[in-house]
Formats: sequence, C-alpha cells, structure tokens
Amino acid sequence: MNTLFEFTKGMKPDSTSYCPGCTHGIAHRLIMEALCERGDLGRAIGVAPIGCSIVSHNYMNVDMCESTHGRAPAIASGIKRVHPGNIVFTYQGDGDLASIGTGEIIHAAHRGEHITTFFINNAIYGMTGGQMAPTTFIGQKTTTTAEGRTEKANGKPLRMSEMIATVGGAAYVERVALNSPSGVRKAKKAVLRALDVQDRKEGFSFVEFLSTCPTNWGLDPVASIEWVNTDMIPYYPLGNFKGMEG
Amino acid sequence: MDDRRLMKGNEAFAEAAIVSGCRYYFGYPITPQNELTEYMSRELPGAGGSFVQAESELAAVSMAYGAAAAGGRVLISSSSPGIALMQEGLSFLCSVDIPLVVLNVSRGGPGVGGIQPGQADYFQATRGGGNGDYHIIVYAPASIQESIDLMGKAYDVAEHYRNPVMLLVDGMLGQMMEPVSMPSRDAYALPEDVSAMKPWAITGHDNRRERNVVKSLRLKPDELEEAVEKRGAKYAAAEQELASYEAVDIESAEVVFVAFGSTSRIVKDAIGLLRADGVRAGMIRPISLWPFPERAFEQVPASAKAVISVELSMGQLIQDVRLAVNGRFPVELIHRTGGMLLTPEEVAARTMDILEVK
Ligand SMILES: Cc1ncc(C[n+]2csc(CCOP(=O)(O)OP(=O)(O)O)c2C)c(N)n1
Ligand code: SF4
Repeated sequence: MNTLFEFTKGMKPDSTSYCPGCTHGIAHRLIMEALCERGDLGRAIGVAPIGCSIVSHNYMNVDMCESTHGRAPAIASGIKRVHPGNIVFTYQGDGDLASIGTGEIIHAAHRGEHITTFFINNAIYGMTGGQMAPTTFIGQKTTTTAEGRTEKANGKPLRMSEMIATVGGAAYVERVALNSPSGVRKAKKAVLRALDVQDRKEGFSFVEFLSTCPTNWGLDPVASIEWVNTDMIPYYPLGNFKGMEG
Repeated sequence: MDDRRLMKGNEAFAEAAIVSGCRYYFGYPITPQNELTEYMSRELPGAGGSFVQAESELAAVSMAYGAAAAGGRVLISSSSPGIALMQEGLSFLCSVDIPLVVLNVSRGGPGVGGIQPGQADYFQATRGGGNGDYHIIVYAPASIQESIDLMGKAYDVAEHYRNPVMLLVDGMLGQMMEPVSMPSRDAYALPEDVSAMKPWAITGHDNRRERNVVKSLRLKPDELEEAVEKRGAKYAAAEQELASYEAVDIESAEVVFVAFGSTSRIVKDAIGLLRADGVRAGMIRPISLWPFPERAFEQVPASAKAVISVELSMGQLIQDVRLAVNGRFPVELIHRTGGMLLTPEEVAARTMDILEVK
C-alpha cells in the first residue's frame, strides 16, 4: 500500500492546546515539516516565546528552551555562539516581538545573527486575553481599546517585516499568510528559504505569518480567515522584502 | 621563583574567568567595570570563544542564558544599575536551574547614582532583585587574588548546584592593581563533549536521545510548588555546604566588626589602630554573603561589648548581622555611602565613641 500522507516526525503526535481555528498549529507544523525534510531535527534548537505558543515545545520535536518575554532573539544569539553549526530559531508572537522585544529583534537582525525568527502576527495579545498589540488595526476593538484603536491615542500599527528589511544584517525577510492552501504552501517555501539562508550563514532570516486569533477577535474560524484576507493583507502586504532580489 | 604579576582588578577578573574555562561573555558598557568587557573583546575570540557587545543588560543576561543553556561556561558582568536590569534573567535562570557566573563591580546608588565604589547592592544580591522564591549564591572577595581563586570556585559551584553564582566586588577592587598569581589557561581542560558533562543542555538531540526542554512555566500550582520545593532543598544544602568566612582575632575581643570586600581591609587596619589604644578588636569577614555564615557568630566571645557592622551603605549587611547575633550582643553600624570611603582612623574613632557609651 502506498502511503499518501504521513504526519511529520517533527511534531509530537499529541493534539495541541490551541483554540479551534487558531493558526499557531499550522505554523508549527510547517516549520517542523521543513526541518524534518531538511534532515535538521537532530541539530535544530528552538526558543519558545512568552505568549500562547510558550507551549510550542510540547509539540515541536527538537531541543528547546523557554524565553523571558521578548528576549528570544538574544537567547538564540547566545545559543548560536555555542553551537554555530546548529540551526537555531525563535518562534514569537506580536506582543512578544513587536512590543516588549523590539530591542532584541532589531539588534539580532542588526548583528546579522545566523538565526531564523518565525513571527506570528495575529494583531492582538492572545494569551493575556485580547489586549491591543502594536500590530492591532485602527478601529480594532480589544480589551484595552474597547472603542477601537485610534491613531491619536495609540499610533498606527507597526509593520515589522518592512522595518527589519531596512536593517543591514537581515538577509531574508518575507511575509506570508496562513489563509488558504496556496497561502500555506507559500509559507512553507518561505520557511525553507529562511532556513537555507541561515545554513549558508548569509545573515538573519525572518518569516512573518499573518495568523488568526478567533477567540480574541470574536470571530468564528472561517470568518477569521476572511478577516485576514479583507483587513490584514491590505495593510500587511504579502511577499518578499529582502533576500530574493535578482 | 615568584610567578606573580601586577594586574588591574577588572582585567584579572576577566582572565580568571578564561582560565576557569569561560569562553562566552556578553556585556554592555558601564563604569567602573569597562576594562573587563574590553579585555574579553580582545581575548575571547582568540581563545576559541565568543564575545558579544549586547544592546542592553537585558539582552546580555538573555544571551548568557542561551549560551549557558546550550552548555557553555559563561560570564556576564556589570555595575549596579546594569545588574538591576539583569534581575529578570537571574530569576529566570534560577527557575530553569541553569548555571552562570555574574560579576557586579558595584558603585553608589540608588538610580544611576555615582561611579565611585559602593556596597549598597547587598540587598539586591542577597535578597534577590527578581521575582519569586530563589537565591543567587554570592561571594564577596576582599582582594584581587581572592577574586581569582573564587572565580574558579564560582564555576564549580554554579555547575554543581545548577544555579547562578555572583561575585560581588566594588569599584575599588575593580580599579586597583595588585600582584597576583594567575593559573595558566590550560589549567582547565574544556570538555570535548558538553552533553556528557551537562546532559540537560540544549545541543540538538542528534536523533539519539529524547529532546531536552528547558522550561520555567508551570501553570499547575501543585507542579510549581513541587519544583520550588525541590529547589528549596538544593538551597538548604547550599546553606550547609557553602557558608564561608574569615575570623580575625575574635577570641577575647571586646568589639567584633563585621565587614566584607574591600571594606574589610580598612577594618583590618582599624583593628591595628585600636590595639595600639588597648582595645581588643576582631572581625568576622563573610566570604559568602548568601548563604550568610551565621555560624561564625557562635564564636563571638561573652567578653564582646558590641558587634559592629561596617559597610558602604545605609545599613544592609547589618540586617543579617542582627539575625545572626539574635539579641545576644548590641549591634551597631559604622557606614559611609554614595561612593565615600571609610578610613581606618574614622572606624577606630567611631568605635571608641560606641564603646564609651556602652
Ligand atoms: C515580563 C512579562 N510581562 C507580561 C507578561 C504577560 N504576558 C504573557 S503572554 C503576553 C503577550 C502575548 O501576546 P503575543 O506575543 O501577541 O502572543 P499570542 O499569545 O497572541 O500568541 C503577555 C503580555 C509576562 N508573562 N511577562
Ligand atoms: S488565544 Fe488566540 S492565539 Fe492563543 S491559542 Fe487561542 S486563538 Fe490562538
């Protein structure tokens, strides 16, 4: 009998604790499939963030450590100094990376650390119950912007990929969306490219995933995907920002 | 043959770490410890290690956590306000049982304070400036040579207990020069297989073992309690095994000083001055600040009229002294702060005042 589909060895066979319709699980699987296909599970070391995905190490079948809030890129930099031949990655949400951890992410890119960051942009703080993130949209209702985010009070949402692409040490920056089968396929390609860039020691690599948080958006899973298409992608355009020129 | 050479404190601390097997250093500039950071930037790359000038002390301690969790021997250093920023990482390192050596070349505070020597980080070091139930093991060397000797010990203790160890010195020790004998760099053989020595380290599982996960989060209260209690047992063992001190002339003393670090050297001179005036004075010098050497105080003779804490702070060490003395003797304080130093004459004169009143 031919095997048509096999669950990746990169993931533990447990079911995840993420909410129904949350795309954290898809991002986990893509990263782990990519590592598995490259034969890198044995030499990968991951850093889990503070956020819903702190538990990612329950599912990802590689050596991992937890991080203090936002510091994952600094922690990964330290790991890479000790194991320069390994694949080292961070997995971070938008509160973690775009708010409390802006210093660490910008400077890991700035030093051109040979690490890869997977950035989950769901435009909200998931784990703490739906507060505004720097990536939250103008008008988006959260528990700390009950009437919707206003530019006057909170500024405009931060575009991290665009910002990181301006930093010299960043070698590869791409934004993808987990919104459709073709979106997922493109995301997987971006993950593979980012890992390649790390392996070739070209510099810092960064993949931003537009991701859903049905629970805190107050939408069902299907409507959440729709919201990624109608609201997120127009403000956070998909594509490559660095590393695929020419 | 005398193999001693003259070295500046900050450079000697750095070399002592390298000869103890440290190959990773992460730092952010701050006076009065910059020579240490600069020394590491020159020496570590050539020694097969890695130096990173971090973007902040928050990042430095985080990089150190990553490197130590990956199995490296790591040093971080800073001075008081920078150590304050590192508290997040130190609490976290304790929560994941990862060894690290951290050096505080302390200065006057609070806040940005000044850049002259101070001992006002005693509470920060011994009480824990971060959150939760944890301890940092703290040593307070009184000379550059003792700092070198304690540096090697600090790595062994950190790895044995799987806990951060701090050397608390002040700017005076960092900036002065003394003749020292320094072990050679091949005195410590770097391990060929880190995983054999540190089976918990995240090195990549190589498809040969279950994955290692370094985790702090325990959402179930019974599991967190169990983890903290387990660490508590480790700390109880450390209290039994690590408390250390030097006792100077305390038999038949009428006054017993308590002082650590560079201040203890001033007190030694004051003891000489008092002896010339016919006053029998002695000193307990804690070498470990946590665990505090309480047992030393059992030796304070009944003849003592006072136990005097001498420190460069408004009175922090004195709290541990009071706990150790436990009401058996009057406890007094002689102090300067803000970067001002005590002189032996000042200590002797204030002691005479205290004794006269008694
Ligand atoms: C120092 C510190 N501050 C705040 C928190 C509380 N906290 C936990 S998760 C989180 C934000 C997570 O949001 P995000 O990074 O967007 O990830 P998500 O949960 O949405 O995946 C915060 C603020 C913390 N654990 N530590
Ligand atoms: S709270 Fe949001 S981000 Fe967190 S698991 Fe649920 S849906 Fe996902």
